[in-house]
Amino acid sequence: MAQPSSCAQSSNGVADESPNMLVYRKMEDIIARMQDEKNGIPIRTVKSFLSKIPSVFSGSDIVQWMQKNLNIEDQVEALHLGTLMAAHGYFFPISDHVLTLKEDGTFYRFQTPYFWPSNCWEPENTDYAVYLCKRTMQNKARLELADYEAESLARLQRAFARKWEFIFMQAEAQAKVDKKRDKIERKILDSQERAFWDVHRPVPGCVNTTEADIKKSSRMKQPHKTRKSVYGLQNDIRSHSPTHTVTPEVKEPTEDELHDQIQHCQEQLDRHRLKMSKVAESLLSFAEQYLEYDPFFTTPEPSNPWISDDVTSWELEACKEAGQQRVKRWAFCFDEVMKDPVGREQFLKFLESEFSSENLRFWLAVQELKKRPIREVPTRVQEIWEEFLAPGAPSAINVDSRSYDKTTQNIKDPGRYAFQDAQEHIYKLMKSDSYSRFIRSSAYQELLQAKKKVQPQNRPRHTHASLLCMKFALNVKMVFHNDIKIQREIKMFHSLLSRT
Amino acid sequence: ERERERERERERERETLLSSANLVFLVEMAAQEVASQPSDTLTTLKTESETLKTKLEEERAKLHDVELHQVAEKIEALGQFVMKTRRTLKGHGNKVLCMDWCKDKRRIVSSSQDGKVIVWDAFTTNKEHAVTMPCTWVMACAYAPSGCAVACGGLDNKCSVYPLSLDKNENLAAKKKSVAMHTNYLSACCFTNSDMQILTSSGDGTCALWDVESGQMLQSFHGHAADVLCLDLAPSETGNTFVSGGCDKKACVWDMRTGQCIQSFETHESDINSVRYYPSGDAFASGSDDATCRLYDLRADREVAIYSKESIIFGTSSVDFSLSGRLLFGGYNDYTINVWDVLKGTRVSILFGHENRVSTLRVSPDGTAFSYARLLVNWSGSHSVITPL
Repeated sequence: MAQPSSCAQSSNGVADESPNMLVYRKMEDIIARMQDEKNGIPIRTVKSFLSKIPSVFSGSDIVQWMQKNLNIEDQVEALHLGTLMAAHGYFFPISDHVLTLKEDGTFYRFQTPYFWPSNCWEPENTDYAVYLCKRTMQNKARLELADYEAESLARLQRAFARKWEFIFMQAEAQAKVDKKRDKIERKILDSQERAFWDVHRPVPGCVNTTEADIKKSSRMKQPHKTRKSVYGLQNDIRSHSPTHTVTPEVKEPTEDELHDQIQHCQEQLDRHRLKMSKVAESLLSFAEQYLEYDPFFTTPEPSNPWISDDVTSWELEACKEAGQQRVKRWAFCFDEVMKDPVGREQFLKFLESEFSSENLRFWLAVQELKKRPIREVPTRVQEIWEEFLAPGAPSAINVDSRSYDKTTQNIKDPGRYAFQDAQEHIYKLMKSDSYSRFIRSSAYQELLQAKKKVQPQNRPRHTHASLLCMKFALNVKMVFHNDIKIQREIKMFHSLLSRT
Repeated sequence: ERERERERERERERETLLSSANLVFLVEMAAQEVASQPSDTLTTLKTESETLKTKLEEERAKLHDVELHQVAEKIEALGQFVMKTRRTLKGHGNKVLCMDWCKDKRRIVSSSQDGKVIVWDAFTTNKEHAVTMPCTWVMACAYAPSGCAVACGGLDNKCSVYPLSLDKNENLAAKKKSVAMHTNYLSACCFTNSDMQILTSSGDGTCALWDVESGQMLQSFHGHAADVLCLDLAPSETGNTFVSGGCDKKACVWDMRTGQCIQSFETHESDINSVRYYPSGDAFASGSDDATCRLYDLRADREVAIYSKESIIFGTSSVDFSLSGRLLFGGYNDYTINVWDVLKGTRVSILFGHENRVSTLRVSPDGTAFSYARLLVNWSGSHSVITPL
C-alpha cells in the first residue's frame, strides 16, 4: 500500500551506508527476528540413525514463518526471498552445496555472524586452497570433495605450485585445531565454513551473489575494512582490485556550494504549488483518458504486433491517414496535436484556411533550429528573422513588444534559444486561440466522424450502378429459369451487394 | 587571631588560584575561538542551509490535504496481470547493462559488460549491427530519434556516437565519433529530440548537453553532491527540462537552457538508480537502492506516493511507466519485476526472473511491450478484472 511521504533525511547526522550494506542490514534484521526465542523459527536437534543433527530447522518452517511474519501472501514470493537469503549465506541447507530454499523437510542451519557478508569478506584463492586441502585430510564421508571442488583444487595446485608446501602446512595446522573441538560443535562449524565457501566460490551454474555493480563498488566506503583472509594468511597479491579506488563517498560541501544551496532553497520557497487534491485528480483523469490507448489495458487495433506477429497496426500508424482513435486524441490537449505529424499537418491546413499559418510555421522553424548542429545556428537564426520577424517580413507574426525587443537583442549574438520568448508567446497564442477553434472546426469534426476505411482487397470493385444492372439481369433470368446454377449466382450477387 | 590570619591567607591563596585558573581558562577559550574561526562560516552556512531545507519541507507539506491513494479509492482496482515472454534476444556474452528502443517501436540497442553494443530488430530477433567498444562495462546506450545512429559509453568516461549504415559489411567502429568527455564513468546518455544533441550523466557528479557534430559542450549541470546515475527527458513538445537522480539520494529537475536546477527532491534513503517521467510530464518516478519506488509531482512540488513492501528488501535498478501512466514497472536487484498500480499504490503483479539482476527495463515507444536485461518480455493480452464486493 502506498504510505504517506516521509520527510527528507538530513545527510549530516545519519551514518551513510553503502547500498550493499543497506540490504545486508535488512536481511540481518529478518534473521534476528527468525532467531528470536519466542517468535522465531524453532531450532532443534534431530536424531538420525546413530548420530544427532544439531541445531536445524526445516525449509517449510522457514516458509511458514516468512508468510506469517513478513506480510507475504504468496508462497512463491516467500520461497524467492528465502532463496536469496540463502544465496547470500544467511542460512543454508546442511547437505547441499547449492544454496536455495525448498519448502519441504530439508534441514537448514543459520550461519554464524562471523561469516556474514556485512563483514565485507573477499577471501583469496590461497584461503580456498587451504580449505580444500584441509578437507582432503579429514577422513569423513560428509567432507568428501564434490566434483567441482576437486577440479578447483587441481587448478589451485597448479597455480600455487611454488607455495604448495606452505599451503599444505596451513591446512594441517587448521585440521589439527578442528580435531580438538567437540564433535557436535565441529559438525556445526564445518557446515558453516562450507556454506561460507558456497557463497564465495559457488557451484558452477549458480548465481554468484558476491558480484558487485561496478558503479557501487568503485565508491567503496571503507576499503580497509575488507576481510581478505579466513585463515590468517598474508598475500603478496595487491590488496585492492582495480575497481576499489578509494574515493570519498559524499564530498563535504564547499562554501560556494552552500551559498548555491541556500539560494536554491530561497527560490524554491517562493514557488507556486498546487494542492494535493487537485494534483491527484489530474493524475487520475490523465490515466483514465489514456487507458484506451494503453496496450496493457486495451488491445490495439487490429492487434498487438508482438502477440499476433502482424505489423499492421504499426503500418497504420505510419501512414498519412489517421484513424478515428488517433484523431480523438488531438482533442485531449494542444501538445497531442503538435506531437503527431498528421495532427500538425491538419492543424496547418486549418490555419491556412484562417490565414494564420505563419504562427505554426514560425514555431516549427524554431523547433527545427534547436535540432541543428551548433555550426548552422547563426545562419538559420538570420533566415528565421528575415522570414518572420524583420520589418517587412513575408510571413510576419505578431508578438508582444517585450518578446520582440528581447529577440532583437538576442539575434545580435545568435544562439539556439534566440527566439525562446517569441516562440513561447506564439505557442500560448495558438493554444488559447487557434487550437480551440480547430477542435470545433468542421474539418476536425469530419475527421472524427470518419468511418473506418475499407481494407483494400483483391476483389474487383463494383460501382452501385453496375450492380443494379446486374440485379435486373439476374431477376429476368430468375423469372425464366429455375436453375440451381442461377440461384447460386443470385446468392453470390446478394452477398456482394451487402458487402460494399 | 593567628588562626583567623591563616584562614584569610588560605582564602587569598584560593582566590588567586581560582582567578589564575579562570585566566587560563579564558585564554584557552580565546585560543579555541581563534582556531575555529575558518570553520565558523561553513558551520553557519550549513545551519542556514538546513534551516531553509526544513522550512521548504514545511511549505510543501502545507498543501498536502489528501493522499493520492485516498483519492484513488473511487476508481476500480486492477485485476492480476498475466505477462508472457514473446521474444528472447540472445547474443550478448555477458550482463546486459543498458538498452534503448528505437522510435520505430521494434528496434533495440543494447550494451553489455563485455563491451559489446548490439542493434537488434527485436521483432524478428535478428542482429542488425554489432560493435565492440574499446572499454568494458558499457553502462549507457541510446538510439537516435531518426534511427540512424546509436550512442554509448561507460568506463571510458566518454559518450561516442556510431552512425548506422544500411551496408552490413561496413565497419561501424571506423565511423565512431567521440562526443562527450567526462572525468568519471558515463552512467546514462540520451538524445534530445534531435540526432544532433546528446544529454549525458556521469560518475563525476555532473550532467552535460553536447553538440554531436562538433563535440562541443553546450551546457553543463552542476548540483549533485555525488555520482549521477540516471536521467530522463521531459516528454513535452515544448520541453526544455530533464530530471536526474544520483548517489546523493537527490532527484533534480533541470532547465536545459540555463543549466539551473529548477526543483529538487531528497526523500530517498539511498542511491537513486533510475528516473522516468510520468507520460503527462507533470510527475516522475524514481527507483532506489532503498528498495522503494517513489512518485514526485512537479506541480505539488513533493513526493506523492511510495511503492514498497516489507518483503521487498533489494534495491530497484530501473523503472518505467506504461503508456497511460497507470502502471509502473520496477526492475529489482532480487531478479524480480514488480508491477505497481501508480494511483492506488498497490502491487498488481510480480515477475520472477532467475538469471540476473534486472538492469534496465524500458517500455516500447507505443507501449505495446517492455523489455528488460537479457530477456525480452512482451506482454500478453489477457488479464482478469475483479470487481470489489
